[in-house]
Amino acid sequence: MTQNLIVTPSALMFAIALVVIALLLNFKEKIGLEKDMIIGVVRAVIQLTIVGYVLTYIIKVNSVFLTLLMVLIIIFNAAWNAKKRANGMHNAFWISLLAVTVSTGTTLVLLVLARAIKFTPSQVVPVSGMIASNAMVAIGLCYRNMNSSFHDLRQPILERLALGANLKQASSGIVRNAIKTGMAPTIDSAKTVGLVSLPGMMSGLIFAGVDPTKAIMYQIMVTFMLMAATSIASVIACYLAYPNFYNSDDQLI
Amino acid sequence: MSTLFKLTDLGFATSERNILNQINLTIDAGDSLTITGPSGSGKSTLLRIMATLLTQTSGQILYQDQPVSRYDPFAYRKEVSYCFQQASLFGDTVYDNLSFPYEIRNQAFDEQRALDVLSQVELGPENLHKPITELSGGEKQRVALVRNVLFTPKVLLLDEVTTGLDADTKAIVHHFIDHLNQHHDVTLIAVTHDETEITTAQHLITLTNGSLEVPA
Repeated sequence: MTQNLIVTPSALMFAIALVVIALLLNFKEKIGLEKDMIIGVVRAVIQLTIVGYVLTYIIKVNSVFLTLLMVLIIIFNAAWNAKKRANGMHNAFWISLLAVTVSTGTTLVLLVLARAIKFTPSQVVPVSGMIASNAMVAIGLCYRNMNSSFHDLRQPILERLALGANLKQASSGIVRNAIKTGMAPTIDSAKTVGLVSLPGMMSGLIFAGVDPTKAIMYQIMVTFMLMAATSIASVIACYLAYPNFYNSDDQLI
Repeated sequence: MSTLFKLTDLGFATSERNILNQINLTIDAGDSLTITGPSGSGKSTLLRIMATLLTQTSGQILYQDQPVSRYDPFAYRKEVSYCFQQASLFGDTVYDNLSFPYEIRNQAFDEQRALDVLSQVELGPENLHKPITELSGGEKQRVALVRNVLFTPKVLLLDEVTTGLDADTKAIVHHFIDHLNQHHDVTLIAVTHDETEITTAQHLITLTNGSLEVPA
């Protein structure tokens, strides 16, 4: 099944030509991203190499403790990256950590209980990565949307507060919009899946020689789990984050 | 008349400058107080502190003999209602704005009451479901005022609410707020630059550079 899947180191060296093309275009158009591109390429190579060896070890050892530890590392990194989009918001890391943990944990537990996946490192770790990374993107989008809305819609919020609205009532429109924004990529990709993109899970299985009609079953499961995860993550992050825009006297900061 | 507000050595400063310095002021229930002064003299800041949208950095403000900080801010703001200069309406229609005071009190919208108050500012019933984008500046300001008084507040803080309005609309607004003061005991505290409002003021105080000017 995996005979088609061998990318040799020499094939990868040739693939560097693709990076060179991107760099040349970047220089020619004076986009100024060459430093970021090189850092991105170097990091991708190092991170993926390490992850490759780590995953090989974890799958070989097949220990519950190591599997859970790997899931926790993924969750921690997702929360840390989501926090960066919070623009200095107080407690952003802890809010992100809770949102990613609950969304990833709930979805994972449901999938294992439903026997959609087995509690083995080769299934739990990649699925956790998929869930946590989507939750991370959703939370990041929520934070960014909330930051700009609380800035742009300052006057209507003040008007609501002046009328006696509590913080939840004054922020409800912004919170709802931020949740929508956080979930939008997942919903959009669910609408176009198979028509525009053949997503990672499905493509990977087809690459590995699995019958496409079986691969779609997995993809449908992934679509459902990502919808659940991004909605849980967005709701938790937004409802815990909006009070940060007010001070202890219930005034807009 | 009982004392409603008592401001003692009230000050407000940012990291850059002092906006209000040692304001001492007593306002009685049912009073109609007009505050004037040059731009940047701290009038709106004073009103916002009284509305608890800002907190003073020094001094004290008592409302009905209790420090303002002792009140539940959301209940207090329903009672001491602040109306903004060039109020911005939210949502899509006039209804979205007038139903909001009911929403935040968990009460059903009282359409008859809304139409009654709209008619008091000479806005007909056809305006209730009008998109806010179709309203003129004067109509918007009147809808905002109606939004503040659907549940009659004890105090109405008016921050230059007639600025930019034509003479007819100004007259409608004046008549409406005077009526609230005289027939519903609503205490009025209004910031203004308007010459007519200054000359007809019941009680007038002037703020200059953040300090209260003592009348000669």
